[in-house]
Amino acid sequence: MLKQFIFLQWKSFVRSASFQTNLAMKIFMGFMALYFIGMFSLMGALSFKIIQDQLHQDPLRVVNKILFFYFTVDLMIRYMMQKMPVVNIKPLLYIPFSKNKIVTFSLGKTVFSFFNLIHFFFFIPFTIVLLGNGYPVWHVLAWFAMIICLIYSNNFINVFLNDVDAFFYSFLVIVIVCGVLMYLGYFDITKYTHHIFDAVYDQPLLVVIPIGFFALLYFAAFKYFKKNLYLDAGLSVKKQSVSTENLDWLNRFGSISTFLKNDIKLIKRNKRSRTSVIMSFIFLFYGLLFFTGAIEAYEGPVWRIFAGIFVTGGFLFTFGQFVPSWDSSYYPLMMSQNILYRDYLNSKWWLVVMATVISTLLASFYLYFGWEVYSAILVGAIYNIGVNSHIVLWGGAYIKTPIDLTSNKKAFGDKQAFNVKTMVLTLPKLVLPLLLYAIGHYTVGPVLGYILVAGAGVLGFAFKEKVFNLIEGIYKSEKYKTIAAYKQKN
Amino acid sequence: MIYITELSKSYKGQKVLNIEELDIPKGQSFGLVGNNGAGKTTLFSLLLDLIRPTTGFVKSKDVKVNESESWKPYTSAFIDETFLIGYLTPEEYFYFIGELRNQNKADVDNLLADFEDFFNGEIIGVRKYLRDLSKGNQKKVGIVASLIGNPELIILDEPFANLDPTTQIRLKKILKELKMTKDVTVLISSHDLMHVTEVCERIVVLEKGNMVKDIQTSPETLKDLEAFFSGEIMV
Repeated sequence: MLKQFIFLQWKSFVRSASFQTNLAMKIFMGFMALYFIGMFSLMGALSFKIIQDQLHQDPLRVVNKILFFYFTVDLMIRYMMQKMPVVNIKPLLYIPFSKNKIVTFSLGKTVFSFFNLIHFFFFIPFTIVLLGNGYPVWHVLAWFAMIICLIYSNNFINVFLNDVDAFFYSFLVIVIVCGVLMYLGYFDITKYTHHIFDAVYDQPLLVVIPIGFFALLYFAAFKYFKKNLYLDAGLSVKKQSVSTENLDWLNRFGSISTFLKNDIKLIKRNKRSRTSVIMSFIFLFYGLLFFTGAIEAYEGPVWRIFAGIFVTGGFLFTFGQFVPSWDSSYYPLMMSQNILYRDYLNSKWWLVVMATVISTLLASFYLYFGWEVYSAILVGAIYNIGVNSHIVLWGGAYIKTPIDLTSNKKAFGDKQAFNVKTMVLTLPKLVLPLLLYAIGHYTVGPVLGYILVAGAGVLGFAFKEKVFNLIEGIYKSEKYKTIAAYKQKN
Repeated sequence: MIYITELSKSYKGQKVLNIEELDIPKGQSFGLVGNNGAGKTTLFSLLLDLIRPTTGFVKSKDVKVNESESWKPYTSAFIDETFLIGYLTPEEYFYFIGELRNQNKADVDNLLADFEDFFNGEIIGVRKYLRDLSKGNQKKVGIVASLIGNPELIILDEPFANLDPTTQIRLKKILKELKMTKDVTVLISSHDLMHVTEVCERIVVLEKGNMVKDIQTSPETLKDLEAFFSGEIMV
């Protein structure tokens, strides 16, 4: 029976449209995965020595302090990126597979998820180094067992809390509040949490607690899954009572208002698109890493522009990236209706521009770090509006992954809340402004750097109509392929 | 209205549609019948320029649909659920389509009032998104939306499928009224021979992508068609 499950799984993987059309992308993703594996292993192997040399503290205790943040952040990343297990469950319900087996397999599949395995690449080398440095074997092994249990506990917490938005937001608040309090030196939560992790190391027998915790969670996830294995429970789409909205105030935008109204509803009413708005909000704070000097590698002056572009471009990258995939489920309608491509693209462009302007205003708290920092953000915003908004719409013509807006509504369906592939595509958009700035900065000074980048933005803005002609042409020539690709749902 | 020559569509060398010539005059109610895989939806998708023809072309009012978009303002269609926007309520969807077809809210409301019967109280004011409606109700929304904005050409793929008997009868009434108006061309496909013969003036039978029959509807048509399709079983 397991054989059949694996067979189904393999087929659905190999035969999916995105696999067949996007081989180059898959290879690139493979490299990214290898990169992360490499980084994690390297960190695992070297962090012992680094911590010892730099902090002159027991590395194990230091890691124990960080673990609290490590696991909460891990949980958030999982919430956004980890896809939930799907064995096409519906067709299996009425053939002789026992429900327990379906659930066991679905849950068992998550064990091999990248989001679990990646941690091993850090903790296994780290543990080996610990043992090599003469740490008592049994104590270290108990500690390691605890880590594994907690990683998998996170995995199962995610399985059944993935639907609860409140859960994600409360975690986000906890992390931000704890992080800020710790940074400002008021309250250090890790002072309390590290005792928990230390205890297991000091008293190896206490390892039964994390093991028990893990077993409990697995059991709970199992029961939750099984209980919801009905068409009208977990497998159904939640229906809520809704009301019709007007949004007539948008009519001032003329012919594109029709689409703008639609796009705003799209963002409001689908979890998938809401997630991207939250992401863009988080991007706002990305600059803190640069301007507070938190990370040494980001100290170079060129990184300011990088930060500026990310701080103001969150929405551009997370939402703009997927135009026109947001409309994938009704693309044939759009293509046969009385719609001009230009209006359609224009409305998306306006949406991106409005969001960029709002982000720029919200980012005014960076003034705290001085005018120079906020200028970098303003320049980044100009570049985003003038150049990146076009590139994003252009790139969208080639991204043919349909988006299932409703998927997040199910207790377990494919939850592709966030697409790593397309995040990767944003990188080229960052290299050019960095180059421009570097040219200006190292020849005359930062002012010329800013002028060059902003100038590129203004230039892009000036040629908007020309660029739109080009993009329109590409959308038209890609039309049939796009329709065909959207037809195949994952 | 519609003129087709040498139109064919192949997938990986296999022809799924091959029509030498087909002329649909303005105002005709045109029915398309055929078994699964006969090429009905392929033909409709070609008419709407949703797929690219392998050879030949479709002309709508003397413009090739894959070269100009001037056919869009007077054409409307409902092929499948990809013509619906799942996260809108039915009202919002109707207004959206209305705006695309230059109709204001009052125009749309007027039109919807005529379909109160057809909706049977399950569409307007139910406070649900389209994606949460049943298949049949989704179909009702799609069909009515395709009538918004006085289109001259209406294309409906399998409009009778998934509808309950009462609604089928009401839909037939609507289609018969459209048949009377001489400036609206209606193209429908169906598996139900009785329905098509009732509402269409002309019926074309497709078989494995080829036109095998092209008949003006008469009292004998239903028998003819039944004989044809049962003949296929015996061969």
